[in-house]
Amino acid sequence: MPYLSKSHGHRLSRTGFARLALLPLAIVATAFFLLPMAKLVIVGASGDMGLGAYAAILFEPRYRASLISTVVLAAVTTIAALAIATIAGLFLQRHRFPGRAVLIAMLTFPLAFPGVVVGFMIILLAGRQGLIGDLTSRLLGEKIVFAYSIQGLFLGYLYFSIPRVILTIMAAVEKLDPALEEAARTLGAGPWAVHRDVIFPALGPAFVASGAIAFATAMGAFGTAFTLATNIDVLPMVIYTEFTLSANIAMAAALSVGLGVVAWASLAFARSLSGGTVAAAG
Amino acid sequence: MSDGRGVALRLEACAKTFPNGTRALEAVTLHVDRGETVVFLGPSGCGKTTLLRIIAGLEGPDPGGRVLFNANDVTDVPIERRNVGMVFQSYALFPNMSVAENIGYGLKIRGMSGKERGARITDLMELTGIRGLEQRRIDQLSGGQRQRVALARAVAVHPSVLLLDEPLTALDAALRERLRGELDRLLRTLGITTIYVTHDQAEAMALGDRIVVMRNGAIVQTGSPRSVYFEPNSRFVAEFIGAANILQATVKDGYAVLPGGRMRMPDGTAAGPATAMLRPEAIAIIDSEGADLCGTVETVSFIGDRQRLTITGAADRPIVVEAPNSLAVEAGQRIGLGIEPRTVRLLPEDRR
Amino acid sequence: MRDRLIVAGQLLFTLVVAAFLIVPAILSMLAGITVNYFRGIASGVTLQWVIQVWDLYAETIGRSFLVAGAALFVTLVVGVPAAYALTVRGGRLSRAVEEIITLPLAIPGLAIALALLLVYGGFSDFRRSWLFILAGHVIFTMPFMVRAVMAVLATIDVNTLDESAASLGAGPWRRFRDVIVPNARPGILAGALSVVTLSLGEFNLTWMLHTPLTKTLPVGLADSYASMRLEVASAYTLVFFVMIIPLLVAMQLFADVSNGARSRA
Repeated sequence: MPYLSKSHGHRLSRTGFARLALLPLAIVATAFFLLPMAKLVIVGASGDMGLGAYAAILFEPRYRASLISTVVLAAVTTIAALAIATIAGLFLQRHRFPGRAVLIAMLTFPLAFPGVVVGFMIILLAGRQGLIGDLTSRLLGEKIVFAYSIQGLFLGYLYFSIPRVILTIMAAVEKLDPALEEAARTLGAGPWAVHRDVIFPALGPAFVASGAIAFATAMGAFGTAFTLATNIDVLPMVIYTEFTLSANIAMAAALSVGLGVVAWASLAFARSLSGGTVAAAG
Repeated sequence: MSDGRGVALRLEACAKTFPNGTRALEAVTLHVDRGETVVFLGPSGCGKTTLLRIIAGLEGPDPGGRVLFNANDVTDVPIERRNVGMVFQSYALFPNMSVAENIGYGLKIRGMSGKERGARITDLMELTGIRGLEQRRIDQLSGGQRQRVALARAVAVHPSVLLLDEPLTALDAALRERLRGELDRLLRTLGITTIYVTHDQAEAMALGDRIVVMRNGAIVQTGSPRSVYFEPNSRFVAEFIGAANILQATVKDGYAVLPGGRMRMPDGTAAGPATAMLRPEAIAIIDSEGADLCGTVETVSFIGDRQRLTITGAADRPIVVEAPNSLAVEAGQRIGLGIEPRTVRLLPEDRR
Repeated sequence: MRDRLIVAGQLLFTLVVAAFLIVPAILSMLAGITVNYFRGIASGVTLQWVIQVWDLYAETIGRSFLVAGAALFVTLVVGVPAAYALTVRGGRLSRAVEEIITLPLAIPGLAIALALLLVYGGFSDFRRSWLFILAGHVIFTMPFMVRAVMAVLATIDVNTLDESAASLGAGPWRRFRDVIVPNARPGILAGALSVVTLSLGEFNLTWMLHTPLTKTLPVGLADSYASMRLEVASAYTLVFFVMIIPLLVAMQLFADVSNGARSRA
């Protein structure tokens, strides 16, 4: 059995084994991720516009509009999800009552739903045959349908964002130091002041971390918009149509890279603030 | 190699520089006899654990260093092949195995049959006093029990050298004292060449045939517990092993001249400035009438089985004296100090 | 009194949000077994839609399980040893590798799929087989397995266990088998649950990579939402829920158990 050279400090004879153990992962990651991503970047610059394709996301009106509407939608969704999750999370973490576990489960189980299913949920709620349309036509005489508009899309994005955010928020609420709130109260702060000056600032890191995940996920969400087939062209839909309908592969590639960079940047930003690893999924 | 007493160990010029540039060990040369228990003693960062790991084969010495077991060069032999028994500071028991499986693991690797293993495991558990715990999981054991399992596991394979890395440090003080005695008895029964690493001086004195005092990556003194205690070769060793009064004085005509009088020095002491060490228990409290050296009692601490006094005015700094608990003495009293010349130890000038 | 009102208000709010999330899911499950959705449950309960779903989409369901199972196998064989190697090596290289394999989580599935198509679209045999889908799923789920195992290894002082097994004579493969893997089991299980659940529910990647002959369940769902009547789409969704919810429950229970065990230790 070949022994190690003396050049390294640590002698445990497993460097060879460790390298062998990493090899399959290295091969798989290179073949099916690094190589394709590199190709994507190259193809993005290989179209008629060359490298200009990467700037098109900012200058071409259609793409810019799409970028703006996607960013706005993702941002508004994130803020709304954070607000909702904070109210619900604070309540759930600080009160114990029968059925609490069930309630928490209900709020988190959509985590595994693909975007298409979320879209379907929205259709069932607010589509032409949806629950809300049914109720409003009975109560108000007029059927309200909004699944296929921006409100529907927003609800859909909210649907998959809330579960993602609420778990992190609840974990952070659990870690809050009650002594700080008590101290504020002894100094005369009322409930709203305690929230504003003690609780929300303490939750700040959790807001940023989970907000970044929600934002990145919303930016990259495809299935929901696909199912709801709205007139709103979010960036993933634009990429999809460029690739499949217009066969504008270079543009699709360039836009994908741009989208990937934005998503990655927001997660890296959150990670730099929280020091841990965060990830979007879906 | 399977003679019960293990191998003779020799380290030649073993130095260690880590890849990040830290120099953990200066070139160390050491010989350990078969069956001897040697304690590496020193403050944290002195290199004692690094030296232990080089003997184990977990680290390699810098080029030029050699490790020999019974005159066989094992420097390039990885730990799996060195047949050492190692007890880690955290015990490193395998959580996925029962106590019996842990102890028998080394034997299983060596291909011993299940029945033979069972017999040996039973013997070892008898020896370490943990019969009955065979099927327990590791997280169900107390600290003392884990220590014994770790020991049994290390000894099971008839190691050439037994290596113990601060095995008692993880336990609380009372348990440590109790286990120290048991460990001593066990090591003597086994009689294997043992290297024991600790920063606790009392442990070192109790367990070692020989003590190797280390500091800043080098050996500063080697010797039996008695010789290291009574004849430290430096101020560092004097103060690390037990309490010490270190006095600076000028020697004239065989006497050290001190503020409180004079102290007779050992025969052959050269005239001139000197540094002397006195152990607190070697100083007797006598009547100040006619005493060579006098001072004033500043504080009296009644410990129970003895008293600890601080005496000012006798030397350039306060002297600590251990006195019998029956002695009637109080603060402010003027007393004399009785010192036998043979208990005075001269130290070289030590740049701290 | 005001406090009680506030708490009641918060409870109501939380209930509304929970209702928002769960009511459509329940509706869809009901619709899947109702004879006629418009007339509601009064029109009768039936399994005809579920049977129709099976007739139309049985293949997609089977394929989803196939891909999920294969993804699990690959992530186990490739990811567990890699997690061990990354944990014991430490250092900058390991952190870089960890970064790289976590990147697919940050990048939208659409982009990854596009990238895969650009490189492998020309290999028509591969591109047309379910293995192409598997490749995408493996890239996407690998970080979950690796990180789950690494998390557990980090808590058990893997280096010292490795060293002590080595001191007893065990070589690297033996140590991996006898000591490392058994003690990493909670992480392996958690990772396995994640991989299977995520693979079953994956859409963004799979939609781009699929062909009419390599559809998975979520892809079939998208088809049915566009072209089938509501009852059939609902029944199909019901099948999906039945597959995925037990897995989610298992994941939640597992997380609770391991958190509880860790806090007790």
